[in-house]
Amino acid sequence: MKVGLFIPCYVDQFYPQVAIASLELLESAGVDVDYPLKQTCCGQPMANSGYQDYGEGAADLFRKNFSGFDYVVCPSGSCTLHTKDHIYSGKDNEPKVYELCEFLTDVLKIKNLKANFPYKVGIHASCHGLRGLNLAKPSEIMGVEFNKPKQLLEMVNGIELVNLTRKDECCGFGGTFAVFEEAVSVSMGKDRIKDHEEQGVQVITGADMSCLMHLEGILRRENSPVKVMHIAEILNGQVPKTQNQK
Amino acid sequence: MAKYQKPKTRSKMKTTPTHAAAAEAFLKDGERSHWHDDTLWHVRSKRDVAAQKIPEWENLRNNASQIKDYVLSNLDNLLLQFEKNASENGIEVLWAKDADEHNQHVLRILEENQVKNLVKSKSILTEECGLNHFLEDKGYDVVDTDLGERIIQFNKQVPSHIVMPAIHLKKKEIGDIFHEHLGTEAGADDPAYLTEAARQHLRQKFIQAKAAITGVNFGIAETGGFVVCTNEGNADMGTHLADLHIACMGIEKLIPRAADLGVFLRLLARSATGQSITNYTSHFHRPREGKKMYLILVDNGRTDQLGREDFRNSLKCIRCGACMNTCPIYRRSSGFSYGSTVPGPIGSILSPGMDLKKHSTLPFASTLCGSCTDVCPVKINIHEQLYKWRQVITKEGPSQPSKKWAMRFGGNVMSKPKLFDMMGKMARKSLTISPRGFIYNSFNAWGKHRELPEVPKESFKDWYRKNRKQ
Repeated sequence: MKVGLFIPCYVDQFYPQVAIASLELLESAGVDVDYPLKQTCCGQPMANSGYQDYGEGAADLFRKNFSGFDYVVCPSGSCTLHTKDHIYSGKDNEPKVYELCEFLTDVLKIKNLKANFPYKVGIHASCHGLRGLNLAKPSEIMGVEFNKPKQLLEMVNGIELVNLTRKDECCGFGGTFAVFEEAVSVSMGKDRIKDHEEQGVQVITGADMSCLMHLEGILRRENSPVKVMHIAEILNGQVPKTQNQK
Repeated sequence: MAKYQKPKTRSKMKTTPTHAAAAEAFLKDGERSHWHDDTLWHVRSKRDVAAQKIPEWENLRNNASQIKDYVLSNLDNLLLQFEKNASENGIEVLWAKDADEHNQHVLRILEENQVKNLVKSKSILTEECGLNHFLEDKGYDVVDTDLGERIIQFNKQVPSHIVMPAIHLKKKEIGDIFHEHLGTEAGADDPAYLTEAARQHLRQKFIQAKAAITGVNFGIAETGGFVVCTNEGNADMGTHLADLHIACMGIEKLIPRAADLGVFLRLLARSATGQSITNYTSHFHRPREGKKMYLILVDNGRTDQLGREDFRNSLKCIRCGACMNTCPIYRRSSGFSYGSTVPGPIGSILSPGMDLKKHSTLPFASTLCGSCTDVCPVKINIHEQLYKWRQVITKEGPSQPSKKWAMRFGGNVMSKPKLFDMMGKMARKSLTISPRGFIYNSFNAWGKHRELPEVPKESFKDWYRKNRKQ
């Protein structure tokens, strides 16, 4: 099993610790993982803005970078979904694309982790992972509950997971929506944060750093003590670092 | 070049604010926007509770979706079957290709029957056609009898929600409107008192009216009958008292058989308000002895939408409003921010088909979170259609040179690994060395209320080169 690690552009540039944690998690599970050095982006920012054609160059490069791998694994639900929907067409000779959490639960079938995280944690259910990849049962859909990120976090020692009032409401990031609809975006982000704060959350985590970047931006502007951490960091045994406020 | 040749469209553009601007204005009153959000979230929560009680809920949605697929694939024949059966029942069936023809039909019917006073129950189709203004301009007294619609009619507004048209108003504001129009006590905000005043007022109107206009929730091809759902019984009160009943129906409101009704009735009220069924579900088949019944079948852009492969199944919509109640953007920006007859997610995929330029910002008023798709009782892939409209709008809609340039530039950088690495390094460097005021300027919408991420000392790629690959 040859796994290619896809690290989204903004994670590569601004959150290397998330990529390192993802890599180390896969390595410690004994996976043969490689990170193709010529990778950039899946093209989602262009496509979601209505310029899918301008993302074609990035998509071609993506296919070139990851040809020959059995799996592509990515620590972002949103980028994974875009890759599945717009870069590949589900043919047998293509690599199978997995978001990191679902790769751990469904392919590697991880049953335990060594991590320790004695904090009160709120899970932010990012929409594309939730409703696009089915990482958990969305609250709108009727049926049996399941939640893959939560399933993994429950393997972490000392962690206390809280229940939110609105367990899977969007945070308002939405890519370029965050700037073109700035007022709504920030209002949604503040409301999400309030829900976490009311449950006494110390760390907000999730499977998409983009949503967390948006929430972190608001938290730091407001000098909140609440931190954000990507789920890979917690699963890999990292603890919250002291972030600089504004 | 073309944009200077169409002054009419330009002036329209100027008067149509973008969704973002209208939403920002609404959000300035934080207390009201939070109240609006909470009110609609409450309705969404009631929907969840109602749906949880039906073990076969997801099967029902599948059934409804498939029935509507069948309808859209066989619309021509089903419409003819419906017309034949309805006509045989004694209903006069009329066809209208657009809003104007619909309004002309109504006017002609009223003139022929010498009617001046009419009552209306809720019909989003007549809103779409601008029927009220059309008739009022010609001297008719048109009274909306749905409580919410009557309130906004007094207030000279359009519905901000298709199921709860006055959901944007608070009790106190409704008290003020009734004080002005119905003479209720100043400052009264007791719902029972205000509703009673409306009831007494509307009873007079029902008695005076010679014609009743209703919408249609479901037309049944097999029987030629149709169903109107209300919670207030106002459609029944109107149609039972008046000499003529005019029913206005979009051609997509058809279902094949009476047996299919159960699927939709079980979904409609639960999705809309969390009720198991609407208080009144009225079945109309033929005019009563000595009375007249008309049914106007309206296209008004629907066959165009049917011809758009990517967007045709937006016509499955049964107008429950669940996508509005669940939409985090609708809840925080209100229905008026959309500037279209049907607001919210479903409106954002229907309206561009009616007027692409006017509604060009609506498909972007979404994070593509997909909640709308998952609550939709007929499984319309709303968020996927929003994505597809974006692709159409950047090609055929109003030009946005700076956004286009930025996306082209971004796409170019992302296709060249070395350029990407270099640009990333430059961006991180400039964020580190620039003074705060330089970064957080008025062009930086992100930074208005948010910090940018802290800049790490190296990218992951740099780290990987050092630590894994030599």
